[in-house]
Amino acid sequence: MKDQADGYVTADGRQIGPVVMEMKNITLRFGGVEAIKDISLDIREGEIRAIIGPNGAGKSSMLNVISGFYVPQDGEVWYKGARRAAMKPFQVAEQGIARTFQNIALFEGMTVLDNVMTGRLTHMETGLFWQSLWKGKAEREETANREVAEKIIDFLEIQAIRKTPVSRLSYGLKKRVELARALAAEPSILLLDEPMAGMNVEEKEDMSRFILDVNDEFGTTIVLIEHDMGVVMDLSDRVVVMDYGKKIGDGSPHDVRNNQDVIDAYLGVAHDD
Amino acid sequence: MPEQLAFALEVTANGLMAGVLYALVALGFVLIYKASGIFNYAQGVMALFAALTLAGIMDGQVPFSHLINAVFGTDVHHFGWNVPAFLAILLTMVVMIALAYVVQRLVFRHLVGQEPIILFMATIGLAYFLEGVGDLMWGSDIKSMDVGLPQGINTWIDETTFEVLGYGFFIDNLDIVASIIAALLVIGLVMFAQYTKQGRAMRAVADDHQAALSVGVSLNFIWILVWSLAGFVALVAGIMWGTKSGVQFSLSLIALKALPVLMLGGFTSIPGAIVGGLIIGVGEKLFEFLIGAPFLGGATENWFAYMLALIFLVFRPQGLFGEKIIERV
Repeated sequence: MKDQADGYVTADGRQIGPVVMEMKNITLRFGGVEAIKDISLDIREGEIRAIIGPNGAGKSSMLNVISGFYVPQDGEVWYKGARRAAMKPFQVAEQGIARTFQNIALFEGMTVLDNVMTGRLTHMETGLFWQSLWKGKAEREETANREVAEKIIDFLEIQAIRKTPVSRLSYGLKKRVELARALAAEPSILLLDEPMAGMNVEEKEDMSRFILDVNDEFGTTIVLIEHDMGVVMDLSDRVVVMDYGKKIGDGSPHDVRNNQDVIDAYLGVAHDD
Repeated sequence: MPEQLAFALEVTANGLMAGVLYALVALGFVLIYKASGIFNYAQGVMALFAALTLAGIMDGQVPFSHLINAVFGTDVHHFGWNVPAFLAILLTMVVMIALAYVVQRLVFRHLVGQEPIILFMATIGLAYFLEGVGDLMWGSDIKSMDVGLPQGINTWIDETTFEVLGYGFFIDNLDIVASIIAALLVIGLVMFAQYTKQGRAMRAVADDHQAALSVGVSLNFIWILVWSLAGFVALVAGIMWGTKSGVQFSLSLIALKALPVLMLGGFTSIPGAIVGGLIIGVGEKLFEFLIGAPFLGGATENWFAYMLALIFLVFRPQGLFGEKIIERV
């Protein structure tokens, strides 16, 4: 089934579409260090794609390449059937790719609502002039975008803290607000860098539920990095495994779990020589 | 001693008016500092440059006339027309936006992520460069500026206070207008930052560069926007000071008076710049009136602001409204 180019239906009845993004032979170097070595991977529309691996494997670097924060020295990024030129992160965001960060990057001085509204910036088109007058088109645009923002806030169950400055929130809530901001952009691909790091069990369960709901409700393609194997195996449709910048496994959670290279990478392996 | 009291009130009112002008310059500093972490030493020179350009355009002066005459052996000085104030202000604003673009493009774009002290040095360079360009473009003679703002004593206040207190207050119309314009400017800026798309993006950049990029904000655009806004504030300050005391090169020194205002108000707070300006304005006038003139031989206005700033540096280095302890340059 999975070989069909235009998609398939998962066991739980979700429609997975054709490949929306393809990374071809990506190599990323920092000076003499190769953070990513010749990795290719594809992302299908509507799937939850996990990237796992030990610390320092290059997972975050990969996410940064997708979101434009790093420009790889070699390789091509194909998005929606066209080769993507090297571009700035804000241009990638304009193309409909939103992300969260490993170490929460929220606007601490703003309220939750304002933070979520910044997620709508790519959907606001009126220029400086009309915005300054704050009449007509600018006003209508603000109202429409506000509605979307409120919908996202409802969806992620953070209505109670709408007007609270982000700096006063707990770690778990901050992570959720960051997800809300990324989601507010109505992205076609959502990149989550360790969305559950440092959370307790209850918070992890909440976050897992939200990720599944987002994927289910909006059909958003999700790429996520996560260390909690239980979570990864439960959530994802396909998993990429990285180690020392190389790809050592790619497939369904079941395949990956039984892959000898992956087991070696995680448990360590005795070298005979 | 009702007459003494009335006199003190008048001094306070005049102090408030002077404070507004300090606040205007400080505001330009805060705008740029918040969005880019650059302490813009050139803010005062920008006000001078804006005032020179405005006066030059209104007067129909040929820019760079000295240079043109020296190179081509011609003798051009004036176009022979006068540009109406409103149009001239618009044209000056265009020049300030162009300046913002050039500064960002040629200087600060290449210094992203550098140490604050390096950025600060760059703005010192910018200040001297801009002063030189201003001289070259418009000449170094003192120009008068008249964009139609009312000047002279406000007779209504004079008469009313005379009737009520038995002592007529001397308050300049220009100071009143300056206060109103400054108040409108601050309200406008705060509303812009709070409610518009670009304002939201501006606050986002001020808060976290990476996060701003990830929601699709172009840092370059925001920085050009912020420098343009600072240019606009500089223009307003330049008009006020220029009308008050003529457009002369010592105008750039008002930037130094803005420093204690910033120490007081905090480098990152727009309301702080206003309150700081008012405190300094009133403080130095009252200090001179109550202590300086009778006991210290006068002329305390020159150093009072800096002394107050020093006290603040010792006891509350982040200022009244500052968000956090800031690395001072």
